[in-house]
Amino acid sequence: MSAALLLVATAVGLALASAAVSLASGAWPSVLRRVGMPLFGLAGLAAFAGGLTALVQGEVVTATLPLGLPWLHWQIRLDALAGFFLVVIGVVSFAVGLYGPAYVRGMEKGRDPLAALGGFSGLFLAGMLLVVLAADAFVFMIAWEIMSLSSYFLVAFHHENSANRRAGFLYLLMAHVGGLFILLGYAVLAGFGGGFEFAVMRSVELSPAWASVVFGLAFIGFGMKAGLVPLHAWLPEAHPVAPSHISALMSAVMLKVAVYGFIRVVFDLVGEVHWQWGVVVLAVGSITALMGVLYALMQHDLKRLLAYHSVENIGIIFIGLGLSLLFLATGHSLLGVLALVAALYHTINHALFKGLLFLGAGAILHSANERDLGKMGGLLRRMPWTGFFFLVGCISIAALPPFNGFVSEWLTFQSALQAWQLESGVLRSLVPIAAAMLALTGALAAACFVKVYGVAFLGQPRSRQVRHARRVPFGMRVGQGLLAALCLLLGVLPTVIVGLLDAIPRQLLGEGLPHATAEGWLWLTPVAPDTASYSAPLVVLLIAVMAGLAWWVWHAGGRAGVQRCDTWDCGFTPPGPRMQYTAPAFAQPIRRVFGSVFAIEEAVERQEDGSQRYRLAVRDRAWNLFYVPVVRAVEASARQVARLQSGSLRVYLGWTLATLLVLLWIIS
Amino acid sequence: MTASHWILAAVQALLYLALAPLLAGWLRKVKAWLQNRRGAPVLQPYRDLFKLMHKEVRVAHTASPVFTSAPYIVFVATWLAAATLPLLAVDLPTAAIADIIVLAGLLGLARFFLALAGMDVGTPFGGMGASREMMISTLAEPAMLMAVFTLTMTAHSTNLASVIDFQLTSDFTLRPSYLFALAALVLVALAECGRIPVDNPTTHLELTMVHEGMILEYSGRHLALMEWAAQVKLLLFGVLLVNIFFPWGIAQSFAPAALATGLGAIVLKLGVLGIFLAVGETVLAKMRLFRAPAFLNLALLLGLLGLLSYVILEVGA
Repeated sequence: MSAALLLVATAVGLALASAAVSLASGAWPSVLRRVGMPLFGLAGLAAFAGGLTALVQGEVVTATLPLGLPWLHWQIRLDALAGFFLVVIGVVSFAVGLYGPAYVRGMEKGRDPLAALGGFSGLFLAGMLLVVLAADAFVFMIAWEIMSLSSYFLVAFHHENSANRRAGFLYLLMAHVGGLFILLGYAVLAGFGGGFEFAVMRSVELSPAWASVVFGLAFIGFGMKAGLVPLHAWLPEAHPVAPSHISALMSAVMLKVAVYGFIRVVFDLVGEVHWQWGVVVLAVGSITALMGVLYALMQHDLKRLLAYHSVENIGIIFIGLGLSLLFLATGHSLLGVLALVAALYHTINHALFKGLLFLGAGAILHSANERDLGKMGGLLRRMPWTGFFFLVGCISIAALPPFNGFVSEWLTFQSALQAWQLESGVLRSLVPIAAAMLALTGALAAACFVKVYGVAFLGQPRSRQVRHARRVPFGMRVGQGLLAALCLLLGVLPTVIVGLLDAIPRQLLGEGLPHATAEGWLWLTPVAPDTASYSAPLVVLLIAVMAGLAWWVWHAGGRAGVQRCDTWDCGFTPPGPRMQYTAPAFAQPIRRVFGSVFAIEEAVERQEDGSQRYRLAVRDRAWNLFYVPVVRAVEASARQVARLQSGSLRVYLGWTLATLLVLLWIIS
Repeated sequence: MTASHWILAAVQALLYLALAPLLAGWLRKVKAWLQNRRGAPVLQPYRDLFKLMHKEVRVAHTASPVFTSAPYIVFVATWLAAATLPLLAVDLPTAAIADIIVLAGLLGLARFFLALAGMDVGTPFGGMGASREMMISTLAEPAMLMAVFTLTMTAHSTNLASVIDFQLTSDFTLRPSYLFALAALVLVALAECGRIPVDNPTTHLELTMVHEGMILEYSGRHLALMEWAAQVKLLLFGVLLVNIFFPWGIAQSFAPAALATGLGAIVLKLGVLGIFLAVGETVLAKMRLFRAPAFLNLALLLGLLGLLSYVILEVGA
């Protein structure tokens, strides 16, 4: 057994051990903090190490486990793609393991069932690791279900609140409908191949029609889990209601497992791709990115806002995957590889900064017990470290240099700008439109995070508990600091990262990106040096030099000092917290510009005491357009079926007998 | 890439700082002439900056470190963005560090901190300015990228030096896509630099401020840095327009004569651009805020039309 596989097996074992040990925290609450969460973090570290080893070595390791059915033992396989996703899962889980102990300590005094929290967290991690390792559809589906079911219990953790129970049920329902599509996709592959192993499925030659069926099933199934528009509406309901470190795992990691599944099925198992798929993925990805960020701008619950941003970022990842499919199918394999690398780069970037931001939101929840942006303000002075790390997360997610979010969007743009190489005029004009939507998405994300940071961390506190927020414990700061440092690292050393990612397309598609790293670690040149180059280390160096120069010029001479004074009030009343711009006020111009996208209810109501009250509700149109009709249809068909329910036992027995006869007739 | 090239690049970066107030002063002077005034001397912006740098800095009690560090970040990010844009000569090493998308990203970084600084003290004006600025930039940035993508797809490169090289070496053809891109970029430049008709840099009427609203609380050297950064940004967009669409005169070698020609050419071109801008600002009035989206949508549409006319009409030709 290779070292990489051994490490990953250790990770799964540690995750299961964390789950088992945490069961004891029902009796002794501190067990989860002292043993459960550290084991969880170690599992993450082991997964990270194992994944990185697999990625660097670039070998494919397979193994058969003595589990499962007698004629169908569990197959596992660790290649570069799996290794990369293990790194993504591992690094966020490790940060959560550092952050978690202090976070769950706050719950020890309460009535929350800690045994359930720790137990299902461990199972959840083990499930995600196994999904990535799986080498046959059987293991994949079992692991997928473990992941979905255990995360359901985590979503429904605060089940006293009926809204949370509803969100949990919605999550469970969507997870299973999605799971059904995935199962059908595998069924088609297994039906033609005659076996459940991925190796068998890979060798199947599907006709274009059947391949498209598999693609469609995988796209819907994994897209449902990943939160593609219009299937996304469950995501902003479910992710925010879990405890914050679990929200971080769900948004940062579990969505990526869905991305993994999509890449595995479409790029690896199906093999031969068609450009029409690329168009579909590109269109859906662009719309998802734009809708996600527009709805995020309208949110004032911090965790819900972050969940909508997950929708946006999944959209960006799928833009990269769509471009990749498009270029691969039209024979531009180098560009296809570039787009795939961009998508994978964005995958790990999103895991890092979204994990960081959710942990930051958890820190605010921990110390100020507040999720509503409308009650925050001035938190930077109360929580300087969390404020600093959150700022790093905001800059990263807003895709600004020199942080990591920028690099992956830059790579996506670079591949989109090579669209002139395509032969078809329609495709040539379609790709730039997607690039325009990506640009709009990036600009809107920047606006959104100015709003979040400006309203939450800057200005004056808007409520009493925020005014008295205290610093979070050391462990929580370390967890955030680790992710923030990685955000900067992946932004500054893109050439190294792209060099590592290169192993994935070389294994998967048989081709790498030889030019990207050809000019040394300083220069990232995805296609050729004179086509486009970006030197993040030099940008950072120059920023430092120029800032030092500017600072030195103004400070060396001992110029006039800084005087603290009151805020300028135009000669009227001093500005108070209630005079500040709020989150809805900040977003108002954008709400007005993009008004037709939202279902807005806006009214000024006169209260009984004569005062007036402004009410604003922005609803997701996907509910009315997509979800409500489905619910109505299900209810209508259920009413039809209910006619059978006469209340008479004899009639029921008759139906049972008739069904049995029909079945016997069918199989005979 | 020898040391002398890097020195030349540093000189060019410093030249951006030196020339930026001059363009602002020239613009004001021409506007004054058009309004039948004598106006302040062309060198007045230098004196203003000098005066502000020696004044005491006053910072509100409610301000956080973001407020005091933002001027430096805004200034440096804008300056670095400018430094990567060829001013005198084409093939300087700084041009390879960052391409046009990185340039847009650096301007985005500056804007991000500018808007945060506006929200930091917690005054309504700062928040108002930040909110409006982000709305305008949200629409301006994609329009700018669309216009730029048209150029980069023609030149098959996002590297600005390569784009200018392509312009200089290929035969002159009047491309419809360039006309669209030029029009789009002019509109975007007006919006990004806070000029009439989108924003009025000389207003201090609270309800109409955008850029001024965000820097209302600044004083002393902080204000000087913010003002200077705004001037560098204006120069950057001016150079982007004249050097990409009309690159003639820019030095293609590093001989002193070529560099001197390059300097003369860019000063001349920017002088003419300043006159156009001043005339535009004199004959137009500032729009209502919610007219700005229509203005920027026009820019986006023009950019998109440029791109489509390129991919449909010109790609094979």
